[in-house]
Amino acid sequence: MKKTSTPVLPARTAPGDGPLLAVDDLHVEFATRQGVVKAVNGVSYSLNPGETLAVLGESGSGKSVTAQAIMGILDMPPARIPRGEIRFRGTDLLRLPEDQRAQVRGQRISMIFQDALSALNPVFTVGWQISEMFRVHRGMSRRDATKKAVELMDRVRIPAARQRVNDYPHQFSGGMRQRIMIAMAIALDPEVLIADEPTTALDVTVQAQIMELLAELQRESNMGLILITHDLGVVADVADKIAVMYGGRIVENALVHDIYRSPAHPYTKGLLDSIPRVDLKGQELYAIKGMPPNLLDMPQGCAFHPRCPYRQDDCVTDAPPLYEVGPTRGSACHYWREVFDDSRR
Amino acid sequence: MGRYIIRRLIQAIPVLLGATLLIYAIVFALPGDPIAALAGEKRMDPNIVAILRDQYHLNDPFIVQYWYYLTGLFRGDFGKTFAGVPVTDLMAGKFQVTINLAATALVLEAVIGIGLGLYAALRRGRPADSLILASTLVLISIPTLVTGFVLQLLLGVKLKTAGVDLFPIAGVTEGWRSYLLPGFVLAGVSIAYLTRLTRTSLAETLRADYIRTAVAKGLPRRRVVGRHALRNALIPLVTFIGADLGALMGGAVITETIFNLPGIGQQLFSSVYLREQSVVVGIVTVLVLVYILANLVVDLLYAVLDPRIRYE
Repeated sequence: MKKTSTPVLPARTAPGDGPLLAVDDLHVEFATRQGVVKAVNGVSYSLNPGETLAVLGESGSGKSVTAQAIMGILDMPPARIPRGEIRFRGTDLLRLPEDQRAQVRGQRISMIFQDALSALNPVFTVGWQISEMFRVHRGMSRRDATKKAVELMDRVRIPAARQRVNDYPHQFSGGMRQRIMIAMAIALDPEVLIADEPTTALDVTVQAQIMELLAELQRESNMGLILITHDLGVVADVADKIAVMYGGRIVENALVHDIYRSPAHPYTKGLLDSIPRVDLKGQELYAIKGMPPNLLDMPQGCAFHPRCPYRQDDCVTDAPPLYEVGPTRGSACHYWREVFDDSRR
Repeated sequence: MGRYIIRRLIQAIPVLLGATLLIYAIVFALPGDPIAALAGEKRMDPNIVAILRDQYHLNDPFIVQYWYYLTGLFRGDFGKTFAGVPVTDLMAGKFQVTINLAATALVLEAVIGIGLGLYAALRRGRPADSLILASTLVLISIPTLVTGFVLQLLLGVKLKTAGVDLFPIAGVTEGWRSYLLPGFVLAGVSIAYLTRLTRTSLAETLRADYIRTAVAKGLPRRRVVGRHALRNALIPLVTFIGADLGALMGGAVITETIFNLPGIGQQLFSSVYLREQSVVVGIVTVLVLVYILANLVVDLLYAVLDPRIRYE
C-alpha cells in the first residue's frame, strides 16, 4: 500500500478555516490539430460562503474553461490540467478519485449554463429532469422526487408549477427555462453555484428577474456564487468581488465598488469606458481597439499589449505579475499606477 | 391526432391512383402479346384468341381498360391472371414470404446496425471503431448479388459440409431459419448505412449542450449515454428504419431469386415478363400502400419520440 493518502472529502458541516473554494495557479490546455491551446494560464481566485464572485471577460478569455475545470466536466483529452489546484473546503478536487469527485459534481458544486433551451434535454419533461437529481443521487421514488420537483419549481417562482411539471422545455419561455435550470442546480442544496452567463440569452427585464432570484436563493442558503459574464451591467448590483480575465489570466481583481470607481488595469478601464452612458449621448462610443488574442499564438510579454494605450517597451517582453494595488485588489499591469490615477480623475 | 391520421390516409388516395395509372400505362406500353404468350410456341385458334381478348377487354382503348381495372379495385377485386387465377389469391401467398423476409431483414438491420453504431460511437477513433467503419464501407460497396452468392456458398454450403447445418441454402421449408441468411443479405447494405448513421447520430448527440448538463448533474456515464443521449440519437434512426421497410419489400427481387424464395419479387419479375398487367399493378399497388403506411407510422413514432413535434 502506498502511504500517500488519497485526499478525503470534508463533510458539508466541516468547520471552515480558509475559503470555501480556492482556485490556485490553474493551467488548462487543449491539444488541437493546430497545436496546444493554452486556455487558462495560472488563474487563482477564491470564494467564501455567501459570497458572489463575478468573473468577467470576453469570449476565449478562459472564464468558462476555469468553471468547467472546477466542475470536472472538461473532456480530458483533449483538455489537460498540467498545473494548479482547485481546493474545495481545503481538499484538492483535482487529486480526488473520480468516485469521490462525482459526489461533489451536481450535489455540492453545481452549474447553470447560458442557453437553457439547448442545455435542457428536449425529450424529457422538466419535472423528470429536475426530479432526476433526487432519484439518482438520493434514491427517491418517482412520486416523491416529482413532489420535490414541484416544490423547487415553486421556489424559483414558476407559476402553476403543479400543472407545468409535465411540460417539456420548449413549452416554456426563455426566462422560465432558465428558472428550471436553476431549480435543477439548487436541488441538492449545493455549497457552490457556478452560473455561466446565465442571463446572456435573455431580454433585459428578464435578466434582472433572474439575477434577483439568484441573489435571493443565495441569501437563503448561504451558498457561494460564481457569476461568469461579459456584461459589466449585470455585475454591479449583485457581485461582492470581481476577477477580470484576459487571455487565460486574471488581469485585475478587486471588490466590486473599487473596480467601478477606479480600475487599475487598462483592459478593465477599456471595458468600463465602452459602457454606453446617457450623459455622453451623441458622442462616439469608446471601443477597445484590436482583436482578442489568438490562444494558439499568444503575444510575448503582456497578452494585452497589442491593444493597450499604456504600452511601453517592457510590456512587449515581460509578462506582468499580479501587482498588489491594495489589501483586497491586484492588477497585472506594469503601469497600473498610471491607469489608476487616470481613472480617478 | 386522429384527424391527422385521417387526413394522411385521404392524401394517400391520389398517390395510389397515380401509381396504379402509371404502372398500368407502363405495362400497357410493353411490346408483345400476353394472349399469344399463353400458348408459348404453338399457334392458337383465332377464335379462342378473340374470345380471350374480349374477356380481358384487350380490344378496348387504354383508358377504358384502366377504368375496368380501377372499378374492380374499389370492389376489392384485383382481377385475374390470364390463366384464370384471382390475383388476390396469388398475392396472398407471395406476400407472406416477402413479409417474413422483410421482417427478418428489418430486425437484423435494427439490432446489428444500431448495436454496431453505438459501439463504434462510444469508441470513436479506436481500433474497434475503425474496423466497424471499414467493414461497413466494404458492405456498402459490394453488390447484393455478390454478398448473396458468397454467403450462400460459405454459410450455406461449406458450413453444412463441415457439419454445421445452421442456414438452409434455399427455399422456405425450414421455417424461420430459412429467412436468416436471405434476410441478412437483403439487409446488408442497410445495416452498413444504419451503423454509420447511428454512430454519427450518437456522436453528434454526445456533443450537445444538454449532455454537458447531464454530466454536470453528476449522473453516472451509463445514464448520460443510455438515457439522455440515446433517446435523442434514436430519432433519426427511426425514420431511416421505417423508410427502409418499403425498400426492403420492394427490393427483394435479387435476394428472392438467389435463395429461391417464392415471394413477390420473383412474382413481379415473371409477371412483367408475361405482361400480366393485373398482377404487376396489384403488387405495385400493395407496395405503394406499404410505403404510405410505413411513412405514416414513422411520422407518428416521431411524435412519440420527440415531444417538440405535435400533429393537429
